[in-house]
Amino acid sequence: MTETLLDIANLHVRFGATTAVAGACLHVSKGEAVGLVGESGSGKSATILAALRLHPADARISATRLTLGGQDVLTLPQPALRRLRGRFAAMIFQDPLTALNPLLTIGTQIAEVLTRHRALSRADARGQAAALLTQVGITDPARRLAQYPHEFSGGMRQRAMIAASLAGDPALLIADEPTTALDVTVQAELVRLIAGLQRQRGMGLLWVTHDLALMAGIVDRVVVMYAGRVMESGPVAALYANPRHPYTIALLESLPRLDQGRGRVLAGGPPDLTRPTSGCVFAPRCSARMPRCVQAPPVFAAGDSHVACWLAAPAGAEVAA
Amino acid sequence: MKEDSSFLKKRSKKLLFHCARCRRGARQQVKVFCFFFSKKKILPSLACLLLGLSFFSAASAPFLAPYPPTRIDLRQRLLPPAWPQPGRPGHLLGTDNVGRDMLSRIIWGARISLAVGLSAALLGAVAGSVLGLCAGFFGGAVDAAISWLINVQLAFPFTLFAIFLLAVFGGGFLPVVGVLALATWVNFARIVRSQTLSLRAQDFVTAAHAVGVGAPRILRRYIFPAVLPSIVVVASFSAAQAILTEAALSFLGVGVDPTIPSWGAMLNLGRNYLQTAWWMATFPGIAIALTVLGANLMGDWLGTRLDPRAR
Repeated sequence: MTETLLDIANLHVRFGATTAVAGACLHVSKGEAVGLVGESGSGKSATILAALRLHPADARISATRLTLGGQDVLTLPQPALRRLRGRFAAMIFQDPLTALNPLLTIGTQIAEVLTRHRALSRADARGQAAALLTQVGITDPARRLAQYPHEFSGGMRQRAMIAASLAGDPALLIADEPTTALDVTVQAELVRLIAGLQRQRGMGLLWVTHDLALMAGIVDRVVVMYAGRVMESGPVAALYANPRHPYTIALLESLPRLDQGRGRVLAGGPPDLTRPTSGCVFAPRCSARMPRCVQAPPVFAAGDSHVACWLAAPAGAEVAA
Repeated sequence: MKEDSSFLKKRSKKLLFHCARCRRGARQQVKVFCFFFSKKKILPSLACLLLGLSFFSAASAPFLAPYPPTRIDLRQRLLPPAWPQPGRPGHLLGTDNVGRDMLSRIIWGARISLAVGLSAALLGAVAGSVLGLCAGFFGGAVDAAISWLINVQLAFPFTLFAIFLLAVFGGGFLPVVGVLALATWVNFARIVRSQTLSLRAQDFVTAAHAVGVGAPRILRRYIFPAVLPSIVVVASFSAAQAILTEAALSFLGVGVDPTIPSWGAMLNLGRNYLQTAWWMATFPGIAIALTVLGANLMGDWLGTRLDPRAR
């Protein structure tokens, strides 16, 4: 088995009365690209922020296992945690305009990571930063380094953000909807860029998105979240060809397609996360609801696929949640 | 700001063109008029003029003042303002009850007012900003403790508190600056704290955390530069407040050394002669008012100029 970079088991994240994540499980191995899909408020961002312990101070968080490179994130002392962030696992944020410091030049921000994690001198860091910009497809890096984020276009900013996240030479790259704030044409370029860099460097990639189509071509495995829980996970081809959880089916059906016009809209809305739920969280919107659904389904595993639905019960062996 | 100046240029060009058709001689005047009274420049021009006057007086007091500020001449006491006449030295702003030249004393007094005002604002800015940054950034018990301090400070009737402190520990330059800084630090702490709170939740700060930047460095490189404009604005208002409070303390007799001419102390002295020698209280009062107005206008202008939303 390959080296596990990120391993999350039974993660709970609560903000006051809201339970943002309830028992999520997730793991990313070396060289593997994992897609984390879900609609807004499904707990995707809360999960990955917790993975780096970047969640806001008012979040209460617990997990049976939450490790980065074998180290327990929840109990790690601050200095060790800082060495881990950026060096072992780096993050690309959704909106590069707000995620870059508007008062520092791009060069300074990239060099910051380099001097911090690689103990480079300033001049070396400068050269490295220029090389990184070239790698992410920014021309004339020497001039670009001296510019501020507002002088960059949206796509350029995201490229600079990617360069900064690669500066620590991380083993795991976490991308939080990195293309959502961008044009569709730029999106495609960036997706190719990130996928290329991931293969080239052999990094683990955790790609968070609500765009199923976008990630189909780049990830190996997909994890589908709904209301803070993992509904289904499995190899991308199998999951797209043969989705087993009704929520995944509904998600895939909702995609607009050229030959069939607009997709089918899933009725209803996500549940109120401030109320504790018993039974399956998706049951109220589920088209295949059964009497059994008043009980929360465990996770059933069949090969690489995991499904949290009673429909999968006869086929797979039960896994302790 | 490039856009601003080009916009101005365009506007004055339009005006110039208009004037050139009717009267060519007015061209230069219009240009000057445009500079000082266009909406964007009147505030800073006036502020610079008033503050410049004070700073100039303070800096070149020994050369500017026609008499030594403490020279007593009992034969010339309580003289009204008069132009110098041939053969007899005049007192432009009159003399006080022991014959000291008012103009000289006001010029020298600028030193005290500005020194006290600026030192107090600076001291308050440093202390208040550091505390505000810590409160906003670290939150929790640190925030609770500092916020409690702020509230306690705000609950005190300040002038009373200042009189008490100065009466106990004695007056003088440093104690007065210290006491005034005690009044101004709250302004800084409150604003810096609230801005830090919102900055802390910004993505770029989270991103800095995400690449392993430590707390002191985040405070220094990411949060402090972003709150600096507000600190500058608050500093100019605080300087105005400190100048005014210093004058009030001197007026009440607990200010800096009474032998040093200070505007507040002169005002106090003039109080006894309001009916017989109006100039003794009037001119120091005008000096205080104009300097404070200058500092406030500067604050206003910096406020609009440095407002990040206006960028």
